[in-house]
Amino acid sequence: MGQIMLGAVSLGLLWAVMTIGVYITYRILNIADLSVEGSIAMGAALAAHNIVGGMNPFLATGVAFFGGMVAGLITGILHTRLKIPALLSGILTMIALYSVNLRIMGKANLSLLRMDTVYSTVEQLGMVKNHAVIVLGLFVVLILVGILYWFFGTEIGCAIRATGNNPQMARAQGINTDNMIILGLIISNGMVALSGALIAQSQSFADVQMGIGSIVIGLASVIIGEVLFGKRNFFNRLLSLVLGAITYRMIIALVLRMGMPANDLKLFTAMTVAVALSLPVFRSFLKPLKKSGKEVI
Amino acid sequence: MLKVQAISKRFNPGTINEKMALDRVDLTLDEGDFVTLIGGNGAGKSTLLNCVAGVYGIDEGTIFIDGKDVTRLSEFKRAGMIGRVFQDPMMGTASDMGIEENLALAYRRGQFRSLRWGITHDERNHYRELLSSLGLGLENRLSNKVGLLSGGQRQALTLLMATLIRPRILLLDEHTAALDPKTADKVLELSDQFIEEGKLTTLMVTHNMRHAIKHGNRLIMMHEGHIILDIRGEEKQQLTVENLMERFGKASGEEFANDRALLS
Repeated sequence: MGQIMLGAVSLGLLWAVMTIGVYITYRILNIADLSVEGSIAMGAALAAHNIVGGMNPFLATGVAFFGGMVAGLITGILHTRLKIPALLSGILTMIALYSVNLRIMGKANLSLLRMDTVYSTVEQLGMVKNHAVIVLGLFVVLILVGILYWFFGTEIGCAIRATGNNPQMARAQGINTDNMIILGLIISNGMVALSGALIAQSQSFADVQMGIGSIVIGLASVIIGEVLFGKRNFFNRLLSLVLGAITYRMIIALVLRMGMPANDLKLFTAMTVAVALSLPVFRSFLKPLKKSGKEVI
Repeated sequence: MLKVQAISKRFNPGTINEKMALDRVDLTLDEGDFVTLIGGNGAGKSTLLNCVAGVYGIDEGTIFIDGKDVTRLSEFKRAGMIGRVFQDPMMGTASDMGIEENLALAYRRGQFRSLRWGITHDERNHYRELLSSLGLGLENRLSNKVGLLSGGQRQALTLLMATLIRPRILLLDEHTAALDPKTADKVLELSDQFIEEGKLTTLMVTHNMRHAIKHGNRLIMMHEGHIILDIRGEEKQQLTVENLMERFGKASGEEFANDRALLS
């Protein structure tokens, strides 16, 4: 059991990177960006292809990050410049990336067994792979949390937050909302692809199918994090995302252990998210009508 | 300061809902003019403001601000020259962001945004002083989310944001219409104060005839996409509601039909 939970923590840390990416679009930009389903597999594909080709695994992971940023740029251009609704822009990129990923890998999946990965470097310090994943995952997650905490406090970061919160107000304050949306999508998809690259290296293979349902997993982690670990301030929110991603993996490990068939996993996740998202509706049924207070300046 | 030359705006062209919202409108605001803009429903008041702000592109005509042709400039590029307060108190501020963060966004209007901190320590002190001048107690709630404020407080904050960097033109679009009468008076009082202190060139849309007469140095009335009255100076000061309605009747050949204007 302990081993299973350790596995859940290590996988959760890698998925936390993806969860933070989903948070940037879903909560900060107020867009449900489906291109992440393509960019997570793209990150895996780019990293696997390049590692098999003999590239340094860290460099290969960087290439994956960059590839994801390009995917985000494309979704952003489709949405802002070409005025395609956000949901559809994401779907278009996602579908296009499926073919792109097949082209990158040349086939549907690529094995990384006995290849040098980013974790090998840590393993050389005398650790088993599971521990190496946790150490490196934690390292990456903490650095990203630090960078994002700084970034969203800068002038540009504040402009992105304002764009997601109230685009009309943002434009009235001289913010180029289209560019902010594109920038947010670039950062988000870069992180998602980075997550894909790290996941592929930890499970020792990349699969063109691995993105399917990932947006729902990301959303589930975001919501679990917010509900269980709070959203008092931005730093707290970022940590909640990481803990949410880990908790999600633990829940999955538990239900699988309790005997749920693995094939039902996506159904289970979708139902969890549906229930979590509809909580406000149920709450409003239960709450008595609020008295409308008079507005006093 | 603001020069609008023969601008036209048509909504839903080529459909049965086609509407000529602005029909070759000419308007010039001199430096320091405080113009109140009144008219019935669908007269084109808000459309005119939105065209000046760049929310809508115009079909014909030219718009100059400060001698610069801004007709083709996008909304966010014009924002550096324009301060705006909207009718809906929710519209002018980012509700999930703090009071100080909203002010900091406004403080950088028209400037290049970089990777410097979005808000500095000195700014905070500056904002605290400005907020205390509103007399609403907001100076002690700098980091509170704007979503927690009442409609009146939000309009007062939006007003402060619109004038934080001195705008070449201040556009007030029925900015007290959603407030109760007492709060509306307070926000109008603040508007007067800001406009006077900053000698701001202002265009204020209102549906309230009393307000239109009482405030500003010039009154413009619109009807069906045209400016039909332009009253200023001495003449404006002597206006009464009855007198204004009579002049509207003569100019438009119709009775003034805006219940909101008559009842308030």
